[in-house]
Amino acid sequence: MDATQTIAKTRTLLRARGIGKTVKSGAEDLVILRDISLDVSAGEAVAIVGASGSGKSTLLAILAGLDTPTAGTVELDGADLFALDEDARAVLRGRAIGFVFQSFQLLPALTALENVMLPLELAGRGDAEREARAMLARVGLAARLGHYPKHLSGGEQQRVALARAFVVRPKLLLADEPTGSLDTESGATVIELLFELNRGYGTTLVMVTHDEALASRCARIVRLAAGRIVG
Amino acid sequence: MILRQAWRMLARDWRAGELGVLAAALAVAVASVTSVAFFADRVSRALVRDAHQLLGADLVLVSDHPWSPAIAEEIPRRGLAAARAMSFVSMVFAGESSHLAGVKAVSENYPLRGRLRIAPAPGAPDAPAEGGPRRGTVWIEERLVSALDAPVGSRLRLGEATFEVAAVLTLEPERGANFFNIAPRLFMHIEDVASTGLIRTGSRVWYTLYAAGPRAQVDAFEAWARQRLERGQRVDNLESGRPEVRAAIERAERFLGLTALLAAILAGVAISLATRRFVERHLDGCAVMRCLGATQRRLLALYGTEFVLLGAIAAAVGCLAGVAAQGAIAAALAEMLRAELPPPAALPAVQGFLVGLVLLLGFALPPLVQLKNVPALRVMRREAGRPKGGALAVYGAGLAALAGLLFWQAGDAKLGAIVVLGFGAAVAAFTAIAWALLRLLASGAVARRVAALAAMRSGPAASALRYGLANLRRHARANAAQVASLALGLTVLLLLTFTRNDLVDAWRRSAPPDAPNRFVIGVQPDQLEAVKRHFAEHGIGAPEFYPMVRGRLVAVNGRPVSESDFEGERARRLVEREFNLSYVERLPSHNAIAAGRWFAPSSPGHPRELSVEEGIAKTLGWQLGDELTFRVGADAFSARITSLRRLRWDSMKVNFFVIAPPALLAEFPASHIAAFRIEPGGEKALDALVARFPNVTVVDVAAAVRQAQAVVDQVIVAVQVVFLFALGAGLLVLYSALAATEDERRREAALMRVCGASRAQVTGIQRVEFLAMGLLAGLLATGGAAAIGQLLARRVFELDLPPSPWLLVAGPLAGLALLAFNAWISARKVLAAAPAATLRDSV
Ligand SMILES: Nc1ncnc2c1ncn2[C@@H]1O[C@H](COP(=O)(O)OP(=O)(O)O)[C@@H](O)[C@H]1O
Ligand SMILES: [Mg+2]
Repeated sequence: MDATQTIAKTRTLLRARGIGKTVKSGAEDLVILRDISLDVSAGEAVAIVGASGSGKSTLLAILAGLDTPTAGTVELDGADLFALDEDARAVLRGRAIGFVFQSFQLLPALTALENVMLPLELAGRGDAEREARAMLARVGLAARLGHYPKHLSGGEQQRVALARAFVVRPKLLLADEPTGSLDTESGATVIELLFELNRGYGTTLVMVTHDEALASRCARIVRLAAGRIVG
Repeated sequence: MILRQAWRMLARDWRAGELGVLAAALAVAVASVTSVAFFADRVSRALVRDAHQLLGADLVLVSDHPWSPAIAEEIPRRGLAAARAMSFVSMVFAGESSHLAGVKAVSENYPLRGRLRIAPAPGAPDAPAEGGPRRGTVWIEERLVSALDAPVGSRLRLGEATFEVAAVLTLEPERGANFFNIAPRLFMHIEDVASTGLIRTGSRVWYTLYAAGPRAQVDAFEAWARQRLERGQRVDNLESGRPEVRAAIERAERFLGLTALLAAILAGVAISLATRRFVERHLDGCAVMRCLGATQRRLLALYGTEFVLLGAIAAAVGCLAGVAAQGAIAAALAEMLRAELPPPAALPAVQGFLVGLVLLLGFALPPLVQLKNVPALRVMRREAGRPKGGALAVYGAGLAALAGLLFWQAGDAKLGAIVVLGFGAAVAAFTAIAWALLRLLASGAVARRVAALAAMRSGPAASALRYGLANLRRHARANAAQVASLALGLTVLLLLTFTRNDLVDAWRRSAPPDAPNRFVIGVQPDQLEAVKRHFAEHGIGAPEFYPMVRGRLVAVNGRPVSESDFEGERARRLVEREFNLSYVERLPSHNAIAAGRWFAPSSPGHPRELSVEEGIAKTLGWQLGDELTFRVGADAFSARITSLRRLRWDSMKVNFFVIAPPALLAEFPASHIAAFRIEPGGEKALDALVARFPNVTVVDVAAAVRQAQAVVDQVIVAVQVVFLFALGAGLLVLYSALAATEDERRREAALMRVCGASRAQVTGIQRVEFLAMGLLAGLLATGGAAAIGQLLARRVFELDLPPSPWLLVAGPLAGLALLAFNAWISARKVLAAAPAATLRDSV
C-alpha cells in the first residue's frame, strides 16, 4: 500500500499527446485546438488560461473524456481514454474525476443533499447520505441540506457543486471557470474552499480560468491562444 | 440496487411535480379500461342473463310429441335445474262466454330464468311471481279477462275441469314481441292438464324441457341432446332463440370496449406528450449523471425502472378508481333495473393493469430512450444533445403497442386495425395540415404582406403581429405537433358535447316514456271508423291504424320456397310463419329508407313493388330487385323489392317486415292494427271497446315496453360513463399539449424582456401565436368531430344524424377560447417572474 502510494505521488496522472480538434463549420474546417501535449503529475495544480474563445473549455472536455479529439491521445492513470467507449469512460469518470462548472449544473429537482448524494448513489454506495451530509457540512451548508438549487444563491450552488465533486474523493478535479458566474466575494469563498479541499484530499487539479490572480495560485500555468499552448 | 435508486428518483421527480400529468393520464386510461372491462363483463353477463330470462332458461328443448324419459331425466342427472311445460290451444269458458286461449301448463319451478309478472287486477301494478300458478288455479292475460269477463277470483272452465282465476298475467318474458299470432295466454299447473281431458292423440301439443346451470354443463348437455333429437324436436339456445338479443349484446360490448380504448389512446397521447416534456427537462440532469459516471445502460435501467414503478402505482390507482366507478354505476343501474348485477370478476382488473403498462411502455419508453443518448458534453455546451425524432415516430411506436392491445382486447383484428389506422391517419393529417398551414401563414409572401401592413400601421399591435407570425414559422414543427395534439383533445371534447347528446337523445327517443303500451288488433275494415270514434270519444288520442294482410311466402324469384332452403333456424322459422303484410301510401315516420327508393306515387295499374325491412332481407338473403310471391288465402301475388327500410323494433310502434303500395293489396281481406298509449286508470275505455267490438283484441305490452326502456337506459348510462373517461383523457391531452412548449416560451419571453420588450409586446406576440394555433386546432377538431360523429352515428348507432350547425361555430370558438385562456395564464406566469429568475432557472 505504502509503496504504491509513493509511486503514485511521483507519477504522471494525466498525459495528453498531440491533441487536435477540428470541426466542420460550413464549408471550411475550423481548427479549435492544435497539437497540444500536456503532462499533469499526481497532486499537481495546473491552471489553463487564455482569452475567451481560445479553446480552454474544449481542451478540458477532451481531458475529461467528455468530447473526442480529432487527433492525439489522453491517458488517465495509464489508461488510454479514447481506446475506451463512452460507457467505459463514464465509469472511469465516475470513479476518478470530479467536475465543477461555470454554470453549476445542479439537478433542479433534487435538494442540495440529494445532489451531493447522486454520484455516491450512482456508484452504489450505501453510506451516501452520511457522506453527503458530512461533505456539505465541510462546505458550510449544513443548514441548507433540504433546499433546492433555485433557492440557493450562486455561491451556495457552487459550494454544493464542490461538495458533489469532492464527495467521491476523485483523483482529478476538473474545473471550468468555477467563479465565472459569481460576484467577487462569493467567488473568493468558493476558491478558498476549492483549494482547501484540494489540499485536504490531495487531489490533482486542472482549472480553466481567465482570471490571472486565480491562475497564479496554481503551481503551474498553461497559456492557450488560438488553440495552441503559448507558454 | 437499481430498484432502490429508481425508487428514490421516482420520489424526487414526483415531489418536483414532474410526473403528475403522466400519472394522471395513466390512471385515467387504466380506470377507463378497467371500469369498462368490469362493467362490460358484468353488464354483458346481466344482459345474457336477461336474455336467458327471455328464453326462460339457458337451454330450451321443444318437441311436438312427448320427450322420452331418457332425455328428460338427463337434465337433473347432470346437476342442471329442470322445468317442463306443455303448450296447446283450447277454448276457455266462463259462464256464457268463451274464447280461444293459448294454454301453457308449467311445472312448479318454471321459469328457470327470469320471472313471470302478475297483477291482482287489470291495470293494477304488477310484481314478479314466484314460479307458476298453484294447482287448481290459472293466470290469464288482460285481454282474456275482458273477453271472458272473468276477473280475479272468478272461475273458468277448461275441458272437463274448472279453475280459479288467481292473477292477471302481465309479462311472459319467453313470449318476446310476437303478440299477434298467439291467442291470449292462460297459465296453469302441468299436473292439472290430465284432469281437463284435453290431451288426446292427434291434439297439437308442444312439449318443452327447460335446463339451466353452469355454462359448461349446459353446453355439454346441449351437445349430448342434439345427438338424440328426433323429428319434430329442436333445441333453442340464446344463439338460435333470440339472435337479435345476442347481437345487441355483442354490439354494446364492442362499442363500450372501443370507447374505452379511445380514452386509452388519448391517454397514450397525453403520456407521450408528458414524457417528452419529462425528457426535455431531464436532459441536463442526465448529462450531469453521465459526467458523474453513469453508463447509458445504467441511465436506461434507472429511468426505465422509475417509469415502470410509476406505471405500476398509477395503474393500481387506476384499477381502484375503475372498480369504484363501476361499483357506483352498478349501484345506480341496480336501482333502475330493480335487479342486481352479478358480482365483478377479477380478470378486468388484470386487463386494465396490463393495458396501463403497455400504454406506458408504448408511449413513454420511445421518448425516454432518448435520455440515454444525451452526451455528457452537454454539461459544457448546451446545444449538444437535443433529442431527435419527430412526434410521428413516437406516436408510431405507441400506436403499434396499442394495436397489439386492441387485437387482444377487442378480439377483432379488423375493427382494431380500423381504429388504429383511423386514429393514426387523423394524427398524421392533423399534423401535416397544421404544419403546412403554419408554414404558409408565415411564408415569405404572407410574411412580407404582413410586414408591409405592419409598417403602415406601426404600433405595438402591428409589431406583435409580425413577431407572432415569425414565431409561428420558426416553431412550425413543434407548433404543428402541438396543434395536432390540441386538435385531438378538442375533437374528443366536441364529440362529447355535441354528438353524444344527439346520439343519446336520438336513442332515448326510440323508446320514450310515452311509448305505446297497448296494441289493438283485428279491427275489421267496416269497424274502423267506429273504433276511431271510440278512441276519440274516450280521449285516447288518434292512433294510426295500419291495414294488415296475412300471407305465406311461396316463391322467391319464381322458385318455390321450402323451409330447407334457408340456413339457420331463425330464417326457417321466419318463413314457416305467415307474414304480416301491410300497405301504405307514404313511408311511416319511424321508418327510414336504407336502400332503393320508396314507392312511386300511385302509378296507374298495379305497381308490383315491395318495401322490406333491412334485417329480414339480410337474414333471408333477399336483395333489391328480387321478386317475392305471397299466397293470401286462395290467391297469390308477386312483386319486386324496390326498397329496404331501417326501423327500430324497440320503438314499440307498429312495424312490418313487408309493406306494399295500397293498389297491390287493397283487394285482399285485411284487418287493422294500431299501437297506442293508455295511462294507468284508463283501462275502462278498453273494456268498453272490447264489449262493443268483440272480435277486436287489445294486447298489453306495458311490461315489454318497460323492459326495452330499461335496456336502453342501461346502455346509455354505460356510454355516458365511458364518455366521461374519454373526456378526462381529452383534457389531459390538452393540458400536456399546452405544457409542452411552456418552458421554451417562458425562456423566450424572458430574453425578449431582457432585450427591452415591454410586457404588452411580449404578451401581444404570444397572443398572436396562441390565437392562430387555437383557431387552427379548433378548425381541425371541428372537422374531426364531425367526421367521427358521422361514423359513430352511422356505423355504431345506426342513426341518421346530420352534424349540428352549432358544432361548426363552437369548434373554432372553443379552440380560440382555450388558447386565449392559455395565453392569459402563460402571460401571468411569464410576467410574474423577473426575467433574471426565469433565465437563471433555465441555464
Ligand atoms: N462543436 C463546435 N462547433 C463549432 N465551433 C466550436 C465547437 N466547439 C467549440 N467551438 C468554437 O471553438 C472556439 C473555442 O471554444 P471554447 O473551447 O469554448 O473556448 P473558451 O472556453 O476558451 O472560451 C470558440 O470559438 C467556439 O465557438
Ligand atoms: Mg469556456
